[in-house]
Amino acid sequence: MNPLLAARWQMELSLAFHMVFAAVGMGLPVLLLGAEAMAARTGEAHWKDLARRWAKYTAVLFAVGAVSGTALSFELGLLWPGFMAWAGAVLGPAFALEGYAFFLEAIFLGLYLYGAGRLSPRTHRWTAVPVAVSGLASGVIVTAANAWMQCPTAFTEVGGVAVPTEAFAVFRATPWPSMAVHAALSCYVSVAFAVAGLAAGAMLRGRQEPHHRAALGLSMAFGAVSMALQLVSGHDLAGVVARTQPVKLAAMEAHFETSRRAPALLGGLPDTETGTVRGALRVPGALSMLATGSLDGEVPGLRAYPRDRWPSVTLVHLSFDVMVGAGSALAALSALWWLLAWRRQGAAPPRWLLWGVVLGAPLGFLALEAGWIVTEAGRQPWVVQGHLLTARSVTPRTDVGATLALFTALYLALSAATWAVLRTIARAPWRAPS
Amino acid sequence: MSPEDLAAGAMLLALVAYAVLAGADFGGGVWDIAARGARRDAQRRAVARALGPVWEANHVWLIFAVVLLFGCFPRAFAALSIALFAPLHLALVGITLRGVAFVFRAYGPQEARALRVYGAVFGGASVVTPVLLGQCLGAVAGGRLRLAGLTVPEGSRGAWLAPFSWLVGAFALASCAYLAAVYLTLETTGPLREDFRRRALASGTVLVALSVVAPWLTRREAPLLGHALLSPRSLPVLCLGGAVALLSGLGLWRRWYRLARASSIAWVALLLAGLGLAMYPSLIVPDLDLHDAAAPAVTLRGVLWTIPPGLALLLPSLGFLFKVFKSNLEVIHEGSNGHL
Repeated sequence: MNPLLAARWQMELSLAFHMVFAAVGMGLPVLLLGAEAMAARTGEAHWKDLARRWAKYTAVLFAVGAVSGTALSFELGLLWPGFMAWAGAVLGPAFALEGYAFFLEAIFLGLYLYGAGRLSPRTHRWTAVPVAVSGLASGVIVTAANAWMQCPTAFTEVGGVAVPTEAFAVFRATPWPSMAVHAALSCYVSVAFAVAGLAAGAMLRGRQEPHHRAALGLSMAFGAVSMALQLVSGHDLAGVVARTQPVKLAAMEAHFETSRRAPALLGGLPDTETGTVRGALRVPGALSMLATGSLDGEVPGLRAYPRDRWPSVTLVHLSFDVMVGAGSALAALSALWWLLAWRRQGAAPPRWLLWGVVLGAPLGFLALEAGWIVTEAGRQPWVVQGHLLTARSVTPRTDVGATLALFTALYLALSAATWAVLRTIARAPWRAPS
Repeated sequence: MSPEDLAAGAMLLALVAYAVLAGADFGGGVWDIAARGARRDAQRRAVARALGPVWEANHVWLIFAVVLLFGCFPRAFAALSIALFAPLHLALVGITLRGVAFVFRAYGPQEARALRVYGAVFGGASVVTPVLLGQCLGAVAGGRLRLAGLTVPEGSRGAWLAPFSWLVGAFALASCAYLAAVYLTLETTGPLREDFRRRALASGTVLVALSVVAPWLTRREAPLLGHALLSPRSLPVLCLGGAVALLSGLGLWRRWYRLARASSIAWVALLLAGLGLAMYPSLIVPDLDLHDAAAPAVTLRGVLWTIPPGLALLLPSLGFLFKVFKSNLEVIHEGSNGHL
């Protein structure tokens, strides 16, 4: 395998793996806080049990996220020394800020997870707040680095490296606010619907404890709010991509010819040779509307750009559709759930609806991964859009195939082991508060 | 002091913090796999309880040091990533396995086989990882890792396997084990405390033996560094380090455990400071000078300005963490566990 391909696979594998745990590290503490707040307000034991159980999941998943995140911080250099030498000075200050946020998250997580017997109940509850806040902060900051790679700004190229014109240049990247909101919400959506699906599954298996209903109600509420906001955020981000990365937008929609009243394409297999798409559902004018705000707006097609500057159109287009499809399904599920909840006035949810929630469990994470593929694969062949090619930043080492094999084995083993540990926690009986 | 000097100093401090805090966590893993005798399980519980709440926070010092390295000295990070491609990948596997095995053992299935496997992985990775990280440090300081402009010649890629690198690796492992055992004497009582005192004395003896070989081996294998270590900038610091190391041994011998702990921390800090001062102004001995590798001033100032407010948030939080978990410890009883 050539080193560039191996390095890209290793990076993608490491990020795809880490992302799940990073999302949990952001989302689960919010649910945890919800359960703690309900426990404090109602005094009901099952809320406290629930918080305790979710804390165990957090302990396990955060640990996997912390170590896989460490691997990533090294892999940036190990796989892409050319990128780090070129862009390190631009990214450094923001990553330092991210470092403090991650530090605080780890400190307060230690206090929350292990401090139950050593802190007053009130203080203990409060230690979960910095966990959720710094988790969000580190996600928002790290997204700035990515936004800058999509839309580099506030730098000059001197002697073959990027020199920032101000220390926190990455925060000037146009897509950052939209990307940060979209990324944070995607983590919340993923975690909310995954937790809801697990609770619904337990109820379908006939588990009668109040814990599952409490978990289901809380996570569906969290999911509904996050998903509603995500619809707005997704629309906003698509507009930003249209303005800042027209090639990526064209790939997302497999839009080959520059045209007015451009259609949005649902599904279909793009053929990059002929510039056609087979089997897609077309919504006339929708892409023009999205990109320009007018049905008659002109949207540049892929053919307006050199062929060697296109990303993989099939991958980006299909990933985009998977993301939109999964997100829409969750939005519909969530709307249906709350509509029926309002109508059934506290009665138990019907089994078919619980099945729907179970089927929705993986969709948030699916959308998260697919959306990330759109973002990153859509930027190719660039690592820093318009300035640094991925091929120019790869390591000169020829043994990347070996480390790819090593990390593949590691992450496969880790996935299996993590799953086994989570099942152990899930099967433990609920215990009364001590 | 130029901004790049300050940035290098900050990086050194982050490495010292990593060594004295996370180093002891690795050492805890060493004593987990080396647990012996009638109190074997109690020893392991003491280790688990000591690590549980703090290891993730301690681990972040490494990430912080790496972020300082790539933000402030991007060229050095790129060169090291190429030259130390193999040992850093292996160290990452070690870091990953150590962390997850520790947590999985606590929260996963409590069956004998699973506990044995996770215990072995936790302990094994705790032994291997400090050696690898020490080898990387040895390669950076030892003078075998040569650079040709911006590229790393093939011949430099084995620098982590040079004898001097192995020496630093061995030093790192023995120091981790020593720190952990010394700290654990203050987190246990009775016979368990005596167990860790004996372990501290044993690993301290290994450190003394290594210190005897070190000057000879350094002069032969890393002459540039050996010469610099004897310079007036570095030697007094190293001598002071040697003195507090002996003080720490005395503290252990006389069971003045607080003295032993304080002086062992001071020893590690002085040793790394002495090494840093000897290397100065090189980042990679002898070809990469920190002034040549430094990021532009605007970046350095940006990173440096984050440090005071960053520490203003971090230090009280860390203080709180350690106060909650490391003061007024009750005796470990049978059946008490180190986690939720």
